[in-house]
Amino acid sequence: MGEITAESLSKIRRISFLIDRWTMSSMLLAGFVALPVLTVFALAFGSTSDIWQHLLSTSLPHYLRNTLYLMAGVGVAVCVLGISTAWLVTMCRFPGRKVFEWLLLLPLAMPAYVIAYAYTDFLEYAGVVQGLLRDLFGWQSARDYWFPEVRSLGGAIVFMGFVLYPYVYLLTRTAFLEQSVNMIEVSRVLGRGAWGTFFSVSLPSARPAIAVGLALALMETLNDFGTVDYFAVETLTVGVFDVWLGMGNLAGGAQIAVVMMLFVVALITLEHISRRHQRYYQPASSRLKTLPTYRLVGWKRIAAIGVCVTPVLCGFLVPVLVLGELTWAYFDESWTPEFRTYVFNSCLLSGVAALIALLVAIVIAYGRRLQGGRLLMFAARIASLGYALPGAVLAVGIIVPFAAFDNAFDAWMRAHLGISTGLILSGTVTAVVFGYVVRFLAIALGQVEASLEKVSPSMDMAARTLGYRAGETFVRYHAPLIRGGLFTALMIVFVDCMKELPATLILRPFNFDTLATHVYEFASDEMLGEAALGSLTIVTVGLVPVLLLTRMISNSREHRIQRTKRFQISEATT
Amino acid sequence: MSIEYLLEVDNITCRYGQDRAVDGLNFDVRPGSVTCLLGPSGCGKTTALRAIAGFQALAKGEIRIEGEPVSTPLQLVPPERRQLGMVFQDHALFPHLKVADNVAAGLRHQDESLRRQTVNGLLERMDLNALGDRFPHELSGGQQQRVALARALAPRPRLLLMDEPFSNLDLDLRERLGVEVHDLLKEHGITAVMVTHDQYDAFVLGDEVGIMSQGNILQWDTPYNVYHEPTSRFVADFIGNGVFIRGTRTGDRTVDTELGVIEGTLDRPALTSALVDVLIRPDDVLPDPDGAISARVSRKAFKGADILYTLTLPSGTTLLSLFPSHDNFSVGDHVRVRLNVDHLVVFPIGETVAESMASATA
Repeated sequence: MGEITAESLSKIRRISFLIDRWTMSSMLLAGFVALPVLTVFALAFGSTSDIWQHLLSTSLPHYLRNTLYLMAGVGVAVCVLGISTAWLVTMCRFPGRKVFEWLLLLPLAMPAYVIAYAYTDFLEYAGVVQGLLRDLFGWQSARDYWFPEVRSLGGAIVFMGFVLYPYVYLLTRTAFLEQSVNMIEVSRVLGRGAWGTFFSVSLPSARPAIAVGLALALMETLNDFGTVDYFAVETLTVGVFDVWLGMGNLAGGAQIAVVMMLFVVALITLEHISRRHQRYYQPASSRLKTLPTYRLVGWKRIAAIGVCVTPVLCGFLVPVLVLGELTWAYFDESWTPEFRTYVFNSCLLSGVAALIALLVAIVIAYGRRLQGGRLLMFAARIASLGYALPGAVLAVGIIVPFAAFDNAFDAWMRAHLGISTGLILSGTVTAVVFGYVVRFLAIALGQVEASLEKVSPSMDMAARTLGYRAGETFVRYHAPLIRGGLFTALMIVFVDCMKELPATLILRPFNFDTLATHVYEFASDEMLGEAALGSLTIVTVGLVPVLLLTRMISNSREHRIQRTKRFQISEATT
Repeated sequence: MSIEYLLEVDNITCRYGQDRAVDGLNFDVRPGSVTCLLGPSGCGKTTALRAIAGFQALAKGEIRIEGEPVSTPLQLVPPERRQLGMVFQDHALFPHLKVADNVAAGLRHQDESLRRQTVNGLLERMDLNALGDRFPHELSGGQQQRVALARALAPRPRLLLMDEPFSNLDLDLRERLGVEVHDLLKEHGITAVMVTHDQYDAFVLGDEVGIMSQGNILQWDTPYNVYHEPTSRFVADFIGNGVFIRGTRTGDRTVDTELGVIEGTLDRPALTSALVDVLIRPDDVLPDPDGAISARVSRKAFKGADILYTLTLPSGTTLLSLFPSHDNFSVGDHVRVRLNVDHLVVFPIGETVAESMASATA
């Protein structure tokens, strides 16, 4: 007894290997996903200084300035819109408050480039608004009156503000809902009014949430290519395209990508620090008491409705109507066999990418559940980095290693077998799908991890002791339980892939179009009418996850209070 | 083959980072016996159970089942190969499967008819035969735990592990189910290891009880002995109620205290110290109108069948005493009691709990 026999040892070995396989796969997949991020960093530190000199003396300051202006403007816009609406729907009572709670999320379905195209058509010289004004006042030409230039930095800020504010709204709203009721009551007992309480209690306690929302909105701003390109606002993203694709200078494009990484690192840092603070600002006790609300009357009521209607109208309804009208007018020109091919391409790439992202997320999340440990936590962190990477930077990070592989493989094959393999990875749909997976894996991973957390660990142990291996346990007992969460992850990633523009533009094969690139190309050729059907399709698909979100929101505070009460009663009776 | 021990836990240490959740734990379990690891939360008992099941790696030591090493610091036989049954505090029934399918979960290698026979037999034995087609959420807590037990026992495990199996149930139910489970285990000769923080669960089920603290066993004994003959202050404190009364040893079987000379079997004859603390349990203090000790009721806790009084002596010393339920006094009343001590449980004064633990594990 006590000695390990040869027979039992071989059995054990086989099993240890099985356990390690999850860890190995997790690490390997995380490494793959981290490849673009690591590449960009490597480019940054392995760079030769003369390109920097050149960039600095030429276009970089220009790109940098525009990016900073854009981010500052969008930052202010999303904060103003997001915080004001969040405070109104959580702390005030006025007609339509419940409806606005979810209506305010709708602009989330609208990609920035789509709203830019819609408003350009709507507001430009030949558009409905200016035409109406000319008819009304009898103006003959543009020289007779002044109208703000739509395609400008200002325009980009306004339109992006209208579609990106929901990030701030969503997180701030949650923070207001979860703030300590006692703190508000204390403040009011001490004689502060509604405004005083807002500025001295609600706003400071929601600050971390606001910062997280702001960071996410700014990441999207940094990522945007369609809008700034169309409006000729030369930001860093445009810089990557210009220098790399326009001038054929990959190294220069990579340099600009590296500068963008600095922004990304700053934003991630802001997000992480804020998330950490979020915990301190939300005391656990008495959170779920019903919030005291201000009943608004008279002009205040009208003002509140106005504040909530404006972003919904400007960020969603008007552009959708404009696109709908255009689609109607140009339907025959738009509904072509090519269009159907683009839809098919979009669905295929997004579907494949969503499936792969889900599988990778499951392996990493389940591997962490099985083994735990710092190594796997680190792997999950690295694998999640892609969400912060702007599409253009991501594309640089993918093309460089893929092209290197293609060249090396081609050279080797030619040298040894006399065949040229050409491009295997870069310039194929593989690169596009890989880009999608890297960029949106964080969403899938977060969703899968959150779903798995709800399954009690004793469920795993029960299944394992009943004779099921780790993989079987997942398939038989986890998957059926977290089906909903897995499906949600799949769908959100699918929709995000469908909307993605900059990485698709760079990574797609020659002459290959998806819905997003098709819309972009037609818009660039000033054919907004023909692009409308595609834009509308993207918005419609984009509505799916937004509707999911609204369902979650309706299951909010009041329901939680009721559930908590019921739980306390049942606890008390046992 | 007949073996002396079904489970051997041989000097195991489990680490979480730098913390040693289990530190040199050592015990053996005979076939057919029920063993309880009893201790406060954080004492390492659940980690020990996870180690036996194969979910927890060992830093040191070895675990053997039927003589075969299943856990060493280098290798782990995975849980699914160990042929164990496990029951959890939260029942852990598969919510998407019916009761009968839950019970059948571990029987996938049996053919259909045999499987149905096993499942029906178990459901009948557990008084669950009407519930086979229900889903777990349609059952009460007690029924759920019975299903969990049936599911764990269905594949005829070599060893049954129970993690706080009754903690989620209300008091009345847990006593009833405890007795039921005890009878079931004995009837089928099932070897089981249970961990719990509840001494009454441990007393009902355990043939032997290991009191755990800081990753190790302080005392390994029958329930009767851990209650009446605790070998350390920690165990004396943790198990049951009681107070310590200061006294002087006057002989091999006698201690002189303010309550008079207490006589009984001395469990630590090697004790050298003259000044000692004597453990007085509530059941050592009997109500007696002619008793020598007069005390004032300072607190009262109604327990149903009896009442636990906290009594204060004129000197300020407090005693606990269990009176029959009909002896109803109010706070402030004076009562008379006498002592009836079988086992003298004494500890040298000034010995802290930590020192006492050190001497107990040594």
